[in-house]
Amino acid sequence: MTTSGSDVTVESVVRRVVARHRGERGALLPVLHAVQAELGHVPQEAVPVLAEELNLSRADVHGVVTFYHDFRREPAGRTTVRICRAEACQALGADQLVNYARQSGLPLGETAADGSVTVEQVFCLGNCALGPSVEADGRLYGRVGPAKLGSILNGTVSS
Amino acid sequence: MNNPAHSTATVYVPRDSAARSVGADEVAQALQHAAVRGDFALDVVRNGSRGMLWLEPLVEVVTPQGRVGYGPVTSEDVEDLLAAGMLDGADHPLRLGLVDELPWLARQNRVTFARVGVTDPLSTEDYEAHGGLRGLRAALELAPADVVAEVTASGLRGRGGAGFPAGIKWKTVLDGADELKFVCCNADEGDSGTFADRMVMEGDPFMLIEGMTIAAHAVGASEGYLYIRSEYPDAVATMRRAIGIAREHGWLGKNILGSALDFDLHVRVGAGAYICGEETSMLESLEGKRGMVRAKPPIPAIEGLFGKPTVVNNVLTLATVPVVLAEGATAYERLGVERSRGTQVFQLGGNIAHGGIVETAFGITLRELIEEYGGGTHSGRPVRTAQVGGPLGAYLPESMFDLPMDYEAFAAAGAMVGHGGVVVFDDSVDMAAQARFAMEFCAEESCGKCTPCRVGAVRGVEVIDKIVGGTHRDENLALLEDLCDLMTEGSLCAMGGLTPLPVRSALTHFPDDFLGGRRLLDIQPVQATGARTEGTE
Ligand SMILES: Cc1cc2nc3c(=O)[nH]c(=O)nc-3n(C[C@H](O)[C@H](O)[C@H](O)COP(=O)(O)O)c2cc1C
Ligand code: SF4
Ligand code: FES
Repeated sequence: MTTSGSDVTVESVVRRVVARHRGERGALLPVLHAVQAELGHVPQEAVPVLAEELNLSRADVHGVVTFYHDFRREPAGRTTVRICRAEACQALGADQLVNYARQSGLPLGETAADGSVTVEQVFCLGNCALGPSVEADGRLYGRVGPAKLGSILNGTVSS
Repeated sequence: MNNPAHSTATVYVPRDSAARSVGADEVAQALQHAAVRGDFALDVVRNGSRGMLWLEPLVEVVTPQGRVGYGPVTSEDVEDLLAAGMLDGADHPLRLGLVDELPWLARQNRVTFARVGVTDPLSTEDYEAHGGLRGLRAALELAPADVVAEVTASGLRGRGGAGFPAGIKWKTVLDGADELKFVCCNADEGDSGTFADRMVMEGDPFMLIEGMTIAAHAVGASEGYLYIRSEYPDAVATMRRAIGIAREHGWLGKNILGSALDFDLHVRVGAGAYICGEETSMLESLEGKRGMVRAKPPIPAIEGLFGKPTVVNNVLTLATVPVVLAEGATAYERLGVERSRGTQVFQLGGNIAHGGIVETAFGITLRELIEEYGGGTHSGRPVRTAQVGGPLGAYLPESMFDLPMDYEAFAAAGAMVGHGGVVVFDDSVDMAAQARFAMEFCAEESCGKCTPCRVGAVRGVEVIDKIVGGTHRDENLALLEDLCDLMTEGSLCAMGGLTPLPVRSALTHFPDDFLGGRRLLDIQPVQATGARTEGTE
């Protein structure tokens, strides 16, 4: 997850990732996912390397990185918490969770000052019968009320 | 607890992500710990979910009488359940009885979902023992054109929303002259209120692989792509493992099941764009581009992925193909009504007491789904509306709940069945806010290719705000009407084209909410109360 190691540069990571996906048709999305998995985001320096490696224009690569919600251009907090704001969760009070996060000083899109957590919105996690739903670092939580969201946000959630 | 009658007890604990979201992993772990401590042998199978999501985590114990269910079980309950004799199916306040006989489940007609929740999703033995591969074997005995004819005769229509007959699409691809053809499965499932695709991928992945392989044989494709949204990491992991296992067993790769068929399958993960569920946008995304919608024609069946003839079908469409081939077109076609044949997998979500999967023949009414299966709202307050068919579907008032679930009947009533998602709201809902959200969602998720959608949706939010705020209300209502017309008529795809549906239905059926006439109730946030511990009716 670090770019500060001596021989780990953005460029080397990107080239290694591209090499792994060389045989795939239209590989840019899997490559970007892999770059983000290693670096935590898709840094601007990755764009020209990707363009060169995949024989695309920089504009093409930039266009793809910015089109998709998943790809972030800045590092996020150590944990990313996503609150579902789609209809089924709305019907169960998802807005209360968004308000709760805001009142805790973490409006949507913001990262906590200590870098511990970033809060985002998401539209549907496929858990619409057990909402409100929240996801934290790939882990799904159902029937989340403000108290539970609180413990998810400060990393003390049990179960 | 140390019952000598058990050599090894078998207990099922779902690993479906909905079940995991309410503690299934912890329950499985507690059971395993208890087994180690109590020194008894326990085989914990992580199955898919039976779809009774309000009972999750639902623990099932194998007994001579059948599988006895307990639920919803928390990890704290485990000790108590074991002490009560759960492993023998003994009585306990959480005991639900024989799972197959629970009325909610027994009344359904599980065709596509027949194995989901019953088997271990990654066990090839389980899969074959429960009818897996029969469809593929039958298909491989047939010429491609005959497989296509069988699917056409079954009346199977696309389950991804538009309801286009699968056989007709396949015929176009079969007739394409190209050497290289693709089968693409649309597993983007971005609609709120839908989760059946996810449950199939997590609960019975081989069925989807089998369906895609049958499609490949039918149309002459050699490569397949499964486009799964990134919000579904468990489905991605399960499908990847299942594909690996299928390759090892000769169910994918060269000379599948000893036949002349070569077909391989790849998983691609989306990147959080709702529009990539639209089929041409999905193809662009698979090609590594921005998910911009393509103008049709040409249709993907003629010029699809990388310009080649491509079958694009939804997860449920492809997952239903094996049973059509195994049981025959007639058996499938006999179910349903009018031009909506077979079963539909309805998904009950939102503010509902008994949310989950209801698979029944088409023709069931919305009221039966919401009241009889769903048991009303989770909050216990009156139902006010249900949105059917995802975020682009209409909000229906209770007075329309007797509408039969049938593509044409819904279309005639200005609504849509879509992917079969039913999202219930209680009387605390503010319908102007819901209409505004529909526009906001469209503005957020528009691919940006055409103006009516890209700009119209932003204007839509503003206009609704003015109406609600009481600024030149009549003029702005007329403007909203115009805008809806423009979006409906002028958008390139159904994202902009259908957004007016939720907006207009909210306006038509709940006008007071827009006019400040309805004093919104001071509602407390809906919290899980004791309601979830109810058994089935
Ligand atoms: C905005 C939009 C979003 C869509 N999202 C999905 C989706 O998530 N999953 C899906 O299968 N079809 C979705 N569709 C429908 C697909 O375009 C296409 O009709 C479908 O995948 C074809 O498969 P089927 O015939 O088996 O339904 C969407 C359509 C639109 C316009
Ligand atoms: S209607 Fe919207 S999503 Fe569809 S093509 Fe136009 S801009 Fe893109
Ligand atoms: S709407 Fe929130 S999980 Fe589906």
